[in-house]
Amino acid sequence: MIVHSIFFYFFSVIAIFSSLMVITSRSTINSVFFLILDFISVGCLFIMVGAEFLGMILLIVYVGAVAVLFLFVVMMLNVAEQKQSWFIGKKSTHIPTGLIVSVLILLELLVVVGGWKYKEDVMSSSTLILSNVSNTHQLGLVMYTDYILYFQLAGVVLLLAMIGAILLTFRERVGVKKQSYINQISRNPSSSIELVEAKSNQGVRVDD
Amino acid sequence: MIEIGLGHYLSLGAIIFFLGVIGIFLNRKNVIVILMSIELILLAVNINLISFSIFSGDIVGQIFTMLILTVAAAEAAIGLAIIVIYYRNRGSIRVEDIHGMKG
Repeated sequence: MIVHSIFFYFFSVIAIFSSLMVITSRSTINSVFFLILDFISVGCLFIMVGAEFLGMILLIVYVGAVAVLFLFVVMMLNVAEQKQSWFIGKKSTHIPTGLIVSVLILLELLVVVGGWKYKEDVMSSSTLILSNVSNTHQLGLVMYTDYILYFQLAGVVLLLAMIGAILLTFRERVGVKKQSYINQISRNPSSSIELVEAKSNQGVRVDD
Repeated sequence: MIEIGLGHYLSLGAIIFFLGVIGIFLNRKNVIVILMSIELILLAVNINLISFSIFSGDIVGQIFTMLILTVAAAEAAIGLAIIVIYYRNRGSIRVEDIHGMKG
C-alpha cells in the first residue's frame, strides 16, 4: 500500500507539473513535449490503478498518434519560434474573469468530488469487474456484446473525421500533370490512332 | 493521506481539468495551445471515469473512456485540419489575430 501511494504521488505530481508547463511554456514545441509527458504519466496511473488496456491505449494512441500529430502541425506551420507574449502587447480584458471562473471550477470540483466515497455494496450491476478474467478480456466481453452499437458508431465517427480532415486540407494545385484514369480508359482507336499514307522520300508531317 | 482512495484520483482529475480551463483563458499565443488545453480537459474526464469504474467495480466506465478517446482523436484531427487551412489562408494563427467574427 505504501508503494502504491508513493507511485501515485510520483506520477500525479509529474502529471500536474507537465500540464502546468503545457499552458505556460514559452514556445509551442515545448508545450507539445510536456503534453506527451502528461499523457505518459497519466497512462502509467491508469496501468497502476488496474485499467491496463486503457493505459496502453493512451500510450499508443495519444502519445503515438495524437501528440505526434500536434508535433507535425507545429513544425509544419512554423510557429515554433513564435514566442509567448502574455504581458506585452494589447491587454486582454477577459483574463481576470477567466481566472475567477477557473478557480471557482477547481474549488467546486474539489469540494464535491474530492471526498467521494461509495457506500458498501451499493453497486448491483451485470458488468461488475471479475477477478478471474483479465482487464482486456473483460472489456472485450462487454464491449462486443452490450455496447456493440456504440463501438460501431465510434468507428463511423473516426471514418467521418478522416474524410473531413482530408477534405478540409485538400487543395487543387495548378500546373501539375496528373494521371487521369477516366481519360486513359475512355480512349478508343479512332481518336488516338491516325493512319497516314507515307510517300517515299517525303516523310510524315506530325501536327500536335 | 497514505491510503490512496477514490478522492485522490478525483482530485487529480479536478486539478488537471482546472489547468486545462485556465489554459484556454490565459492563452495569448496560438490556437494549437487551446487545442492542447482541450486535450487536457478530456484527459481529466478520462481520469474521473476510470477511477469511478475501478473503485465502484463496474467495467462500463472504461468502455465510455474508450469512446471518449475515439471522439477526442477525431476532434484533434478535425481541429488541426481547420488550423492548417486557417494558416494557409491568413498566414497567422495567433489568438489576437483571429477576430473575423467580431466575437
